[in-house]
Amino acid sequence: MSKAPNPKQNRFGYWELGFENYLGFGIWNLGFLFLLLFILFGLGCQRSKAGITVAGSTSVEPFAELLAEEYMIIHPKSHIYVQGGGSTAGIEAAITRTANIGMSSRNLSGEELKLYSVTVAKDAIAIIVHPTNRIGNLPLDQIREVFSGKIMNWKELGGPNKPIDIVTREEGSGTRESFQKFVMGKEDISLGALVQDSNGAVRQVIANDASAIGYISLGLVNDQVKAVSISGVEPSLANVNNGKYTLVRPFLFVFNGEPVGEAKSFLDFVLSSSAQKLLLKEGLVPVVQRLE
Amino acid sequence: MKEKIIEKILLLIALSSILILALITFFIFEEGLPLIMKIGPKAFLLGEKWIPSKGLFGIFPMIASSFWVTFGALLFGIPLGLACTIFISELIPPSIGTLFRPAIQLLAAIPSVIYGFWGLIVLVPLIRNYFGGPGLSILAGSLVLGFMILPTIITISEDSLKALPPSYKAGALALGATHWQTIWRVLIPAARSGIVASIILGMGRAIGETMAMIMILGNAVKMPSSFLDSARTLTTNIGIEMGYASGDHRQALFATGIILFFIIMALNTLAIFLSRRRVH
Repeated sequence: MSKAPNPKQNRFGYWELGFENYLGFGIWNLGFLFLLLFILFGLGCQRSKAGITVAGSTSVEPFAELLAEEYMIIHPKSHIYVQGGGSTAGIEAAITRTANIGMSSRNLSGEELKLYSVTVAKDAIAIIVHPTNRIGNLPLDQIREVFSGKIMNWKELGGPNKPIDIVTREEGSGTRESFQKFVMGKEDISLGALVQDSNGAVRQVIANDASAIGYISLGLVNDQVKAVSISGVEPSLANVNNGKYTLVRPFLFVFNGEPVGEAKSFLDFVLSSSAQKLLLKEGLVPVVQRLE
Repeated sequence: MKEKIIEKILLLIALSSILILALITFFIFEEGLPLIMKIGPKAFLLGEKWIPSKGLFGIFPMIASSFWVTFGALLFGIPLGLACTIFISELIPPSIGTLFRPAIQLLAAIPSVIYGFWGLIVLVPLIRNYFGGPGLSILAGSLVLGFMILPTIITISEDSLKALPPSYKAGALALGATHWQTIWRVLIPAARSGIVASIILGMGRAIGETMAMIMILGNAVKMPSSFLDSARTLTTNIGIEMGYASGDHRQALFATGIILFFIIMALNTLAIFLSRRRVH
């Protein structure tokens, strides 16, 4: 500081500093800023060590939140942070250990198979239409033709003369991936389809549009929409359990290595009969067969 | 000494905002450019199919939709905005104008998700019932955006009207022009550069809007062919798919951001350039 250049007074009477001087201060101060950020970041990380993070599929998220709440009632000292982000992000979070548990609503593939995964529940995908829609049953291949844009009018399905509004999920969504696999096969979903970014948003659009069709988790079907039977099989828990209804996907908890500590304890809770009963009540299909 | 410390702190804050801007720019380009290079700028910019699961990343429909929606917004926003500006600055007494002004500025303070919600609940069913189609459409998006850019257009063009020398108006009136002739023939042309700048800034706002558009555009990745079609803009493409994207798909979303970045930069530069031009 002793060698600082003499500041000159400019015509406004303010002290003017040389440019180098500004730059020098700037760099020092930036250093401090980063130090500060570092400390804050460190503190943040320290705090999150008190609990575990569960992240991934937005389809699993609401159920995981519910289970986490229940778990925290039984174990008041622990804390479970539930985050969304999507199946792929969840699996990635498990790989990088950003999250202790990754949630996935699709099967693992390729490299991901090396991870330790547990099916905690199953979820069926329901094809939904507006409640006033007269059509209550659709063969699988007609559903495929509707979503690929080959059938464009309800008339062709025995309904009124109205164009069909297809509603789908965005690319990368676990629900979309499962729908693609179970229903579409190699066909593409029409590019003209409306895209909504959550189960709730799809349901909302279909509840308001009398000529819309879409797909959501069976557990989230309510009386705002109507779930249609597929090739005569009604989407119900009984039909999912006896294997007649085939649009079923697993809800996975994904771990990097065998679960230990808090994560293991949470997994055990989720697989307990009380937690599974809770999931059943919420419309999911439990994986533990005998529930007392 | 105390002054110096405060000076340093202010400098630090100013520098960090520039640093953050530089970091954002750097990361968008670092993440997005490799993909553009991989599939080729032409296939990316002019490709008509966006199917990330099949490695198809064409964003032309989204560029077109972005401009389509923005154009629609200007169609509603410009006449409404200019009318409001003239009304507030010329046709009503200043005391009443002070009532109107905060009300218009309040429009800018409403979160965009509220605009989106309003559009979804009010406009979309109206459009579906009266014009047909799914209702989630460019028309609905344009109407909502038209309202959203009003504060930008009105505030800036009113400022540019106010900045005119009083002699313009006095001169025109003294020459026998009516009040309306003065407004239409003298004041508006004289404030033209400011008004055009306000419109371009409004355009920037419209192109950048995301949340409201995700809710009311329907997000279909098809080339729109009418105002009643669903569409996906550049911003909503990023907003709707970011959560699930990984690998190339994620990079493609950053690459979408690069294009958006260039469009917004061009618009802002144009606005700055136009508003600096002096009236002769």
